[in-house]
Amino acid sequence: MSDALVLAYHQYRLERRMFWRNPSAAFFNFLLPLLFLALFGAIFSGNQEDLNVLIPGIAGMSIMATTFSSLTMNLTFLREQGVLKRMRGTPLPEGSYLLGVFGNAVANAIIQLGLVIVAGKLLFGTGWPKDWIELAVYAGAGVVCLAALGVAWSHVIPNYDAAAAYSNIIFLPVIFISGVFYDVNNAPQFLLHLAQVLPLVHIIDGLSGALVSGRSLSDNLSGLCVICIWTLVGLFFAVRGFSWESRREG
Amino acid sequence: MAALAPAILVRDLRKSYGQFEAVRGIDFEVAPGEVFGLLGPNGAGKTTTVEILEGYRQRGAGIVSVLGQDPERRPRDLRKRIGIVLQSTGMYRHITVREALTHWARLYPHPRDVDEVLSLAGLHEKADALARTLSGGQMRRLDFGLALVGDPELIFLDEPTTGFDPAARRAAWDVVRSLQELGKTVLLTTHYLDEAQALCDRVAIIKEGRIVASGPPAELGASSSTYTVTWRSAETGAIESRETGDPTALLHQLTSAALARGGQLQDLSVTRPSLEDVYLELTAEPSSESADASDSTTEAAANV
Repeated sequence: MSDALVLAYHQYRLERRMFWRNPSAAFFNFLLPLLFLALFGAIFSGNQEDLNVLIPGIAGMSIMATTFSSLTMNLTFLREQGVLKRMRGTPLPEGSYLLGVFGNAVANAIIQLGLVIVAGKLLFGTGWPKDWIELAVYAGAGVVCLAALGVAWSHVIPNYDAAAAYSNIIFLPVIFISGVFYDVNNAPQFLLHLAQVLPLVHIIDGLSGALVSGRSLSDNLSGLCVICIWTLVGLFFAVRGFSWESRREG
Repeated sequence: MAALAPAILVRDLRKSYGQFEAVRGIDFEVAPGEVFGLLGPNGAGKTTTVEILEGYRQRGAGIVSVLGQDPERRPRDLRKRIGIVLQSTGMYRHITVREALTHWARLYPHPRDVDEVLSLAGLHEKADALARTLSGGQMRRLDFGLALVGDPELIFLDEPTTGFDPAARRAAWDVVRSLQELGKTVLLTTHYLDEAQALCDRVAIIKEGRIVASGPPAELGASSSTYTVTWRSAETGAIESRETGDPTALLHQLTSAALARGGQLQDLSVTRPSLEDVYLELTAEPSSESADASDSTTEAAANV
């Protein structure tokens, strides 16, 4: 077992190194959420209420970008390139490989959350997080949930050319209806209902409690339940349908 | 002498994809230290067979043993002892050759020294180059290196030189020969005859999912009993040729005639069918959908 964990760590180190050398990954993971933060921050500047919505929203978006989007893109690429198949021919346990890949996504999520929180404190007047435990719970649940859904969604993507479209057709609508940029309560009823069924709105809600309002963890348990259900769904399809080879090969 | 347990044993292996029978009952064995080739045209079932042995695919029926284990259950212990060069190659885009070999070495219990593998694969000068900047031939050498770095007992090479220029092919052949010298067992697939002839101790010719001939490359031709004797006729000055099961009598006749004449027997040659002849004969017939392809050939011959 310890051997499998050591190998997972080596795989994690490799994934980190590969990530930093890939400019487009760095863009989508770090720059895009920060760009949105800067733009909307400028638009909302002076209106602390809007900024208080924006900071947890961007934090939630960051978690989704670093886990869901980046895993769907990455795994589709590695699968199509045959890297996954090659990995599978080595003694590296499948679980160690996936743990290493997951660890990379978690590391990115943590870095990005840190950047957003620091920006919130220094530039947008949201202050330091009110409840660190709640932050850890929601960030952790969000990372696991959206990473699992990302791995699961990568099975659906036929090839790498389609990966960006498949990833964004989920990512963009979800960040808009989940209230990354505005208070969801102002949205039309049907969108509100739709968003309530999805996990991101609850992740943002929880982060908002932790970062801004200081509302306690126990006030939002139903949201945590929704996240957990999506996590189980994601894990089920991530593990069950995981394909190591691209479908083009016969 | 007790025979060593075979490195690979395959009995009546079958595999279908939907309605299509890719492998239709294959038997062969590969001895430890042997370089064994599966030779056949595209679509003959070579890759399917190899990928079943590598543990990538499940067999439909039959018995398969690789180093004494069933690859279908993908035991990790088995994966520590085999090296795989897949038909198509892919790599992280931003990894250097040395980083890749170093990472792969960590995955195995008793890896070879990375520098040693770099020179074995002829990649010393490219050690710090990113994988995506490598040429096709260099990338293939990295594939070899990654398959070797775990110091496996058995190495699978699926069409290792397809699409190579002649120099790159020779370089790849040299690597396979050095594997042989290291005492490794090698199973390679190829559709190049010269490759099979140059590298393999034994080959099996595979067509439409069946093995149609097998043996050492030199003997495959010899198994056919026909010799072709050609010479230049002293009377007509033209090249004559005759096929015979036993050339002794014919040669005696020709040489004594020449001696009696006091002249030379010009342009004399006695040839057995080469592996190429056998291969073309066995694989070139128009592919028949039915299993009784040989019957219809016989019928056609009978009708002539």
